[in-house]
Amino acid sequence: MLLIHCPYCEMERPEVEFKYGGQAHLVREPQKATDEEWTDFLYFRDNTRGLHAERWRHAVGCGRFFNCLRDTVSDKIAATYKAGEPRPSSP
Amino acid sequence: MTPEVVRRSVLDGRPLPATGRVKAYPLPFATRLNLRGSPDVVEPVRKAFGVAPPTQPMGSASAGERAALWLGPDEWLLLAEENAGDLMGTLTSALGGVFHSLVDISHRQVGIAIEGPGAARLLAAGCPLDLDARAFPVGMSTRTLLVKAEIGLWRREENFFRIEVLRSFAPYVARILDLAARDQG
Ligand SMILES: [Zn+2]
Repeated sequence: MLLIHCPYCEMERPEVEFKYGGQAHLVREPQKATDEEWTDFLYFRDNTRGLHAERWRHAVGCGRFFNCLRDTVSDKIAATYKAGEPRPSSP
Repeated sequence: MTPEVVRRSVLDGRPLPATGRVKAYPLPFATRLNLRGSPDVVEPVRKAFGVAPPTQPMGSASAGERAALWLGPDEWLLLAEENAGDLMGTLTSALGGVFHSLVDISHRQVGIAIEGPGAARLLAAGCPLDLDARAFPVGMSTRTLLVKAEIGLWRREENFFRIEVLRSFAPYVARILDLAARDQG
């Protein structure tokens, strides 16, 4: 089981308390988006091999969404950070 | 004739652990309020409730039968005696101009005490957290899991935990605790 550092609880917590929430840092701007951009937002996601910024929710804990930088090959988590904070530069 | 109304606990008649190392028992009915808001709610609630909602992650604060448990950066569980009068009204007016949400969830969940030198070991049978007193010290409080049930876990003393269990999950949790205690002998 992975131990994931929750940036709100400020503690490493067991993976079973978390839910995966898909790719992070997607911007939803329906008023400004062209049809193509809106299609991208709705249906297309990166399929990264390596470090991937993604949303997680500490569902059975503080309940908050946060972001996580995870290596999709090794499953190693490089960083977790609060929602709204910028993606950290890759370590 | 006025019909007689009797309030019973969902835990009535359900076996709970009672071994030499650990015993579990239902806690009295209580008033429970779920409070959400920014840290601006802390001061008005402290004045009106007598206990300040902690801003320290996984923190707790208590005085007598009243307690405030941190659930998240903008969410707390307030515990009070069963007959707390118009606590909702008192807090709602104290929070007058402060943006918040306050919901009475008194009957949503039940409290179970787990007490004795084997308390942490019993919970560890179904809880994925490290419950060593160095990792989960006295006063720490959080939502977590007990096997498949979401619980609130609050360490009041080294060998005394209070767990809060959703009412409909209480028979399941009681059964899990009882089975684990039998396994542990
Ligand atoms: Zn958390």
